[in-house]
Amino acid sequence: MITSHKYLFILIILILAACAPKTDTEEALPSDSKEYINNTGSDTIVNLALAWAEKYQEVSPQTNIAVSGGGSGTGIASLINKTTDIANASRQIKSVEVENALANEIEPIEFVVARDAIAIIVNPNNPIDELTLQQLSDIYSGKINNWGEIGGEDRPIVRLSRETNSGTHVYFLEEVLRLGQKENDTLFSTDTLLLPSSEVIGAEIRSNPNALGYDGLGYVTDDMKVIAVTASQEKDAEFIYPSAESVNDGTYPIARDLYMYTAGQPKGAIKEYLDWIHSPEAQQIVTQLGFVPIIAP
Amino acid sequence: MKFPTIKSESLITGIIKITGYSAIIFVGLIFYFLISEGLPAITKVPFSEFLKTRWYPIEDYFGILPMLVGSFIVTVGALIIAVPIGLLTAIYISEVASRRTKEFLKPLVELLGGFPSVVLGFLGLLILSQYLREILNLPTGLSALTGALILAGIAIPAIVSISEDALDAVPKSYRDASLALGATEWQTIWWVTLPAAKSGVLTAIMLGIGRAIGETMVVLMVTGNAPMMPKGLATFFNPTRTMTATIAAEMGEVANGSTHYNVLFFIGIVLFVIALIVNVTASTFVFRRKKRSERILS
Repeated sequence: MITSHKYLFILIILILAACAPKTDTEEALPSDSKEYINNTGSDTIVNLALAWAEKYQEVSPQTNIAVSGGGSGTGIASLINKTTDIANASRQIKSVEVENALANEIEPIEFVVARDAIAIIVNPNNPIDELTLQQLSDIYSGKINNWGEIGGEDRPIVRLSRETNSGTHVYFLEEVLRLGQKENDTLFSTDTLLLPSSEVIGAEIRSNPNALGYDGLGYVTDDMKVIAVTASQEKDAEFIYPSAESVNDGTYPIARDLYMYTAGQPKGAIKEYLDWIHSPEAQQIVTQLGFVPIIAP
Repeated sequence: MKFPTIKSESLITGIIKITGYSAIIFVGLIFYFLISEGLPAITKVPFSEFLKTRWYPIEDYFGILPMLVGSFIVTVGALIIAVPIGLLTAIYISEVASRRTKEFLKPLVELLGGFPSVVLGFLGLLILSQYLREILNLPTGLSALTGALILAGIAIPAIVSISEDALDAVPKSYRDASLALGATEWQTIWWVTLPAAKSGVLTAIMLGIGRAIGETMVVLMVTGNAPMMPKGLATFFNPTRTMTATIAAEMGEVANGSTHYNVLFFIGIVLFVIALIVNVTASTFVFRRKKRSERILS
């Protein structure tokens, strides 16, 4: 028995030794020519910011960009605390935040880097062409349940939505369901289908004539029908289709700008990076990720 | 020929002992993690909140009742379909089919069990749900029924394989005795072979329940994930949201340590408890039967 315990003991020691952390001898020391940019903020933009940072590595290998999320507020707060170089935000900076920044001797400079638009989509066989935001709100909150009530065929409406963790879901809730009103606490009808990805929404829209859905404009394909919308309640209101033009000139109502903020006018590597973001090459990545590129004026 | 020495023998025993104990350690660690991450939910959210019918975590509505019911509906639906089909298939393979058919059929059924569930989910999304919507004239094919059908497809191979083994293990003398007493073949299967294999068949069904209630990918893709409360029998044909789908869909983006995060782990605890109840029930059943049969045999 004693020998068996001895072997057991040796074995345990070996296993424990294998678990020990590797010593960091081969970690490369940063060379002096390297530039580091910290990029923090909005979770809506985090994937876009990552894609940009990755691509920029090929364009300018001497620049290292560290991207992290946390939310627009977190990003702007760390810009004010001087812990990040570029803050990402899916909303404009608040006046309180500007005051805080100025108190900390930082002048936030705003750059619009991309735009985000939500397209309302239905099956190609659905005769409905246009809807007001009020109608959309009533449909998604469960007040309107049949296409017949809004001038379509006598069919039940199947509401499709992205999962609650999607930035698009939250934006749709605030701007369409609650019509942008802060005190409005309308919720999605409980029978709204919460689908895990744009692909699943697309599959259901293509095949089901009852379905109504929404998604980022970049995810819309030719075999879905896009609905024109208006924020106005008036009878002769013009219904607008989402497109790069209508989003860029601000006539499409369910669209927002996406921002980056820097502390003071950017210089050096940061300026080069922001200039590159506005280039056609970087704006092409915007389209790939389902956002709307900004059109140079 | 060289005999192994006592030393190497004890070394091998030691290794086997460690691997054996490691299973206990891992289960213990997982349980500890689940409790430590999930229990804070009870202090952060009043318990009555969990029993409400609205699940909308980004606005702090944490009613898990719709998902509890959703999991129940989908699992029961899957079992209603899978148990008869699985059992009859097992009986056919074990008792009726010829030796050649059996050798061909059983590996085929087991192959079916090896399909990745995401593939089945994809088929359900693109094909099954469309047909169901058109044939049954439903608003949408993404429903509890679609989920139950595909889960049944996943559970059937497990049920067939294990109950076939159990039926196969029944001694031939039992069947011979029954047939010699003048029972027909069907009477023999139903009154002698099947009761004799009861514990194995029961294990098979319990394993089927386990697969159905724990399956995530399929239900996430085909049930529509609408956290709504049931309205009578129509519930089977409505979209539904299960506990596993909720955890899978929301865990990826939730802030570490937030109330929502804790509540998702709390749902994990609920699932764990349900699995525990199923297993304990199954094992007590099996255990009690064995005792009685042993008594009769002795």
